[in-house]
Amino acid sequence: MSLQFLVDGLLTGSMIGLGAIGVTLTYSILRFSNFAHGDFMAWGAYATLVVVGAIGAMFGKVAPIGALSFGWPLIIAVIIGCALTGLMALLLDFVLFSRLREKGQAIIVVMASFGASMALRSLLEFIFTSRPTYFSRAIQIAMPVGFGIRVTPDQIALLVLTVLLVSATHLLMTRTHIGRSMQAVSQNPALARVVGIDVARVVRATWLLGGALACVAGVMVGILVQIRPLMGFDMLLPMFAAAILGGIGSVPGAVLGGLIIGLAEAAAVQFIGAEWRAAVSFVILMAVLFVRPIGLFGRRER
Amino acid sequence: MIDLIGYGAFFLTTALIFSLISLGLNLQWGLTGLFNVGVAGFVAIGAYVSALLTTPHDAARFGGFELPILAGWLGAMLVAGVAAAITGFATLRLKSDYLAITTFGVAVVVQLVALNAQSLTGGAFGIGFIPRPFAALAETPLLFNLSNVAIVAAVTLVAYLALQHLSKSPWGRVLKALREDERAAISLGKSARFYRVQAFAVGGALMGLAGAVQAHFIGFIAPDNYAPMLTFQVWVMLIVGGSGSNIGAIVGSILVWAIWAGSGALTATLFAPEQQARAASLQIVAIGVMLCLILLFRPNGLFGNMTQRRRIRLGQRKPS
Repeated sequence: MSLQFLVDGLLTGSMIGLGAIGVTLTYSILRFSNFAHGDFMAWGAYATLVVVGAIGAMFGKVAPIGALSFGWPLIIAVIIGCALTGLMALLLDFVLFSRLREKGQAIIVVMASFGASMALRSLLEFIFTSRPTYFSRAIQIAMPVGFGIRVTPDQIALLVLTVLLVSATHLLMTRTHIGRSMQAVSQNPALARVVGIDVARVVRATWLLGGALACVAGVMVGILVQIRPLMGFDMLLPMFAAAILGGIGSVPGAVLGGLIIGLAEAAAVQFIGAEWRAAVSFVILMAVLFVRPIGLFGRRER
Repeated sequence: MIDLIGYGAFFLTTALIFSLISLGLNLQWGLTGLFNVGVAGFVAIGAYVSALLTTPHDAARFGGFELPILAGWLGAMLVAGVAAAITGFATLRLKSDYLAITTFGVAVVVQLVALNAQSLTGGAFGIGFIPRPFAALAETPLLFNLSNVAIVAAVTLVAYLALQHLSKSPWGRVLKALREDERAAISLGKSARFYRVQAFAVGGALMGLAGAVQAHFIGFIAPDNYAPMLTFQVWVMLIVGGSGSNIGAIVGSILVWAIWAGSGALTATLFAPEQQARAASLQIVAIGVMLCLILLFRPNGLFGNMTQRRRIRLGQRKPS
């Protein structure tokens, strides 16, 4: 038995977890499950790809950093991509979701997100075709780190990045004014409004944060696997399952849920067969709904 | 002329099969307010069950019981209905979004099983040699198409009449009451979860029946037929027709299928073959935008009568 699946699981789990943070925040603050969140990931990855291309056209070929497969252009591009994805989420909220929220029909918003997801995904297929692309075609040498596990420099860098981002998000949510406002709105919107919290600002922050993290997750998939229009939609079920497993509204819960699902998927690939991978999150989802529907860190509805 | 009638019959058969799915969705969503994002999954269950029951024996996979087509249809309704009941039972005590997420998962898993459980579903190649009603008439295509459209129309009519009757029955009134004001209905002693599971199961059974009817009409099924796209199409049909109206579900299906088939034919003639995949994705973008526009500006569709009293304000809480 090889322990390699642990590394694969942690990486998949990081991507799922970063995406699930956005899902759990939208669900707890705006009160709807956003089916377009997976497509934010794909749009973020493609936006980053376009910016990398633009930087390449301006500055020529840039050598990668150390043993990594990418150089500074990708790092700059991810930051721009995050901003663009956040803005796209804001725009979608402005033209679609906020108007339906005002009408006060929660489930209609879910349906609209389903329609938006279909449109966003097909628009990517129209612009970039459904052929997969890559940030880099360079092949990295995996280094042995003991116990029969091998990792590439990219994988180490992305795991470190995940830890940094999750810690930063956790600090943002617990130590800053906007983060605490977000928690307040998620726990009791009416009371939050009464004490003078700017709910519109909280909504904007939620979309920007969710969109940015989705973009990072999308770029991670792009670096480690490949970029294609369906990449985000395929991650949707694992992200929902992670958010529910962790407990809706809990950022650490979403990340932990993502890691558990990532590890379970990797274990399933190794011990059952790669073709059943997508069923893992469904099994976990059903188990959570039957056994503990509020999830690991969830709070009971009051 | 004969060709045109033949094509018309073919078109109408497909559109009426969509109507049947929309009727099932209308019972779940329009009448009961249950959000099903896994329509394709329940349609696929029906199609595969009926195919397994009625196809000739095949050593390479399970099934091939050579039962009559009618037995296949009934089996399809039963299994799809049970699958829907289990899904509903697991999620309907929770918030409505959980049902949406779970049904989405059901569709993903059904497609996975269809694709990978080769000994049951034939894998990516699907199942062929599904017996077709009136196969004896296949030599005269016109007669064959017309008799098919007749039988599908008859099934749709029966489903429509049954649903009309159901929605006016005491049972249907409880569902509407639950949709409009859950607390008031519960206070009258109606078990919300029990009624919802029933409605969800009957809706799922109708979708299964539609899947079976289509499988026998085409004679061949494969996992690709049941992609999330199908769910999306049926939703657009119901929203265009108007949630809550059975007539709306049928008219919406025919109308949207006409737009779909028409724009498909248009892109086929307007674009070069290598550009057609891209043009097809633009077609989906247009339909997605159309769905959002209808939700924004005409949420009742053409015939909808679904009064929306359920409101969530930021701040409303369920009592614990």
